[in-house]
Amino acid sequence: MKGGTLRVYAILYLIFLYAPIVLLPLFAFNDATIIAFPLTGFTGKWFGDLWQNAALGSAVRNSLFIASMSAVFATLLGICAARAGAMAEFPGKKGIIGFVMLPLVLPEIIVAVSLLIVLRQVLGLNLSNWTVIGAHVLICTPFSIAILNGAFQNLDPSIEEAAMDLGETRFGAFRLVTLPLVMPGIISSLLIAFTISLDEFIIAFFLTGSNPTMPVYIWGLLRFPAQLPVVMALGTILVTLSVLLLTIAEYFRRRGLARAGLKDTGGFL
Amino acid sequence: MTALIELRDVQKYYGDYHALRGIDLEIRQGEFFSLLGPSGCGKTTLLRTIAGFEAVSSGVVRIDGRDMHGVAANHRPTNMVFQSYAIFPHLTVAENVGFGLRRSKMTASEKSAAVEESLGMVGLTGYGARRANALSGGQRQRVALARALILKPKVLLLDEPLSALDKKMREQMQVELIRLQRQVGITFILVTHDQEEALVMSDRIAVMFEGEIGQLADPETLYRRPGSKRVAEFIGKMNFLPAEVTGIGSQIEVDVAGLGRGAIADEQAPAGARLGRATVGIRPETLAILFDGESTDRRVAQGRVDEVVYYGDMTYYDVRVPGVATPLTISMKNMIGRPVLEVGVETRVAWDERSLVVLPG
Repeated sequence: MKGGTLRVYAILYLIFLYAPIVLLPLFAFNDATIIAFPLTGFTGKWFGDLWQNAALGSAVRNSLFIASMSAVFATLLGICAARAGAMAEFPGKKGIIGFVMLPLVLPEIIVAVSLLIVLRQVLGLNLSNWTVIGAHVLICTPFSIAILNGAFQNLDPSIEEAAMDLGETRFGAFRLVTLPLVMPGIISSLLIAFTISLDEFIIAFFLTGSNPTMPVYIWGLLRFPAQLPVVMALGTILVTLSVLLLTIAEYFRRRGLARAGLKDTGGFL
Repeated sequence: MTALIELRDVQKYYGDYHALRGIDLEIRQGEFFSLLGPSGCGKTTLLRTIAGFEAVSSGVVRIDGRDMHGVAANHRPTNMVFQSYAIFPHLTVAENVGFGLRRSKMTASEKSAAVEESLGMVGLTGYGARRANALSGGQRQRVALARALILKPKVLLLDEPLSALDKKMREQMQVELIRLQRQVGITFILVTHDQEEALVMSDRIAVMFEGEIGQLADPETLYRRPGSKRVAEFIGKMNFLPAEVTGIGSQIEVDVAGLGRGAIADEQAPAGARLGRATVGIRPETLAILFDGESTDRRVAQGRVDEVVYYGDMTYYDVRVPGVATPLTISMKNMIGRPVLEVGVETRVAWDERSLVVLPG
């Protein structure tokens, strides 16, 4: 009964992965302040409380601003790096690309502490949304590069040359041929960088100034047990939003591959 | 007639690597010219320096009398068909073909007429609205041709355009390319490693080795009178026999080991002849097996069949002739009443001084 055992294992594995997340909406709609079974009744009031909370509103706006900015800058840097990686030859290329990808595996707590020291002690800057954006660009860029690498490496290097051969300038060739072909990758990179930045806690916790980001604010709420259901409601919204964004990102990544007529060689989803 | 393309002592270095070693070349207006050579010989680099994708390290490239130094690819009167075809996958066939007209002052209807004409030239009338992605290899090739020809370049550069096609398709496209070239009258420069393709298509061929031109000639001269052993080896099959040049007068006297003495004409030593050791080349089809009952006024040597390779229309025999160092490869047309010999059979080989080529070394 090898198939049966494997099936049980697969089901247990999925429960282990997703059961905690399923608890979020369960308690977000539960009519009780205490997070415990049995459930007492259905309510939407926690979502209503969420709406009324001005401090939370400001945290969400901060987060949206930081995530948008981080996504744009990380993607711009990613385009440059991925294009160089795919189309240019220069000495030490492999080493440099590897080095650029390193933040992907660095412990965030280390990055956060060292950035705090550099920003405050060395550069003497005040903490603000922009310090968080800088740090988030750092951690999002490797993801952008990884996604865009796929888009650029699938490109035939002759294709830009062909456009130049037919009378376009180097920039014209990039704009008319390369850009449309990697556009799905760019959209995918924007969405994933946005999601990463939106959820990120550790670095934001260290580097936010007087205005916390949403994850930092949520962490603050946890000290007040009465607020727990509100956190659950917020969590529900966040999970839904993340899944939605990642699905769209993956859709664009696959469409990009299909457009270039190529086989899928991986990705994040 | 003046040359359309003129290369003078063109050198190209990639770091320490010497890719082009002093290329001197003149290509005429309306010519079908091929750069032939093994991979890494510099033929594609040479093509790309003409196209403007590579800058020469030193030397001069002139197109139509104009020095191309500092002129970028988009300002040269050349267009290229890439090895991968480099079709823009996000555009339709018509948008691909019309890409080069973006910057022209033609009206929209003039442009679409030009696109249709160009598509018609390569036999793709009515394909304009299709997505370029949905085409077969042969069709992509035609789109690449139409796209390059629409700008009416002075020179069309073709970088191994047929290498991705299967054999049947390749042979068909060879004929079509020749027809197309005659029709448009544009100078074609073809890069290929396929000697047969070069022989079939070209008016003249430059055979390249290691960044240099080994020989530049028309296909027949290249095949019948190769200037070096290297060229002879690269183009077709050839038997090489050690020989000695014993006299140079109105004719050249050679003594071919195992076959005997003979007198040959001057042009049979394209690289010149010197007294002493030499190599003699003989093409397999200029030798013949004498079957039972056949006679000849050519010279005859006795041998024994060493190997038989049957091709259907042809049979290749390796025949060991006493005194000849390596077995002679002989190709024979298979005809009615002519048996395929077996290994080990004693046979007679007919040969002729007129088919010998004396090569240096």
